[in-house]
Amino acid sequence: MNEKTKGSGPDMLSGVSRSTRDGSGALDKETQTKIGQQLRAMYDEVVRQGVPDRFADLLKELERREDEEPKS
Amino acid sequence: MTIDPALRDAVLAAIPKLRAFAISLSGNVDRADDLVQETMLRALANIHSFQPGTNLQAWLFTILRNLFRCEYRKRKREVEDVDGRHADSLVSHPEQDSRLEFKELRVALGKLPQDQREALILVGASGFSYEEAAAICECAVGTIKSRVNRARHRLANELSIERAEDLGPDPAVRAVMAGKLR
Repeated sequence: MNEKTKGSGPDMLSGVSRSTRDGSGALDKETQTKIGQQLRAMYDEVVRQGVPDRFADLLKELERREDEEPKS
Repeated sequence: MTIDPALRDAVLAAIPKLRAFAISLSGNVDRADDLVQETMLRALANIHSFQPGTNLQAWLFTILRNLFRCEYRKRKREVEDVDGRHADSLVSHPEQDSRLEFKELRVALGKLPQDQREALILVGASGFSYEEAAAICECAVGTIKSRVNRARHRLANELSIERAEDLGPDPAVRAVMAGKLR
């Protein structure tokens, strides 16, 4: 009985999928999902900061100036 | 001419996403906020050219992207004038901002060609369809698809994402992912 035949041989690709290495073809679903999750987490971290005061203030200032402008 | 309050509110509501996009492109909060402010001013000055009923967010993203590309070209020229040797490394790798999280991911993003980076962010993070991203980048849908695909491959290589159980090297990313998956 040989229990060691499974999973003990050297992995020629050592964990790097072929599609990732040569940069062509589709990435496997899990890798794609993971990249997507990381990108969205990074992005949402900024989105959650909301609207910084400088932008709301700028908008108010623009509107104030418009109100002061003589109507044509 | 006064701005329609509904439109003004919509512009304001789009700012968080515009910032996230600008920070992803430039890697720098101050530069990104200047870019968002310029986008806001341009948008309000040209609000008459926005067609009601169309996608306001996509319109704003288009303005921001064009401004960023203009600034990028200008910076590249200026830097080249001073020292041509460093020009490429300076403009193609956005400086890292210590206030930003997800460092590893941002560094990896910064190594992507600009076309690929913006395509990947628009589709992979901003949630635009391939069609919308193509309109924003003024190119064919197929071009966007191939840019996104190439960008994903390069990111996967940069971040050494090879296995599903490997949640990436960045502790901040890992923490967020763990929280989300629980």
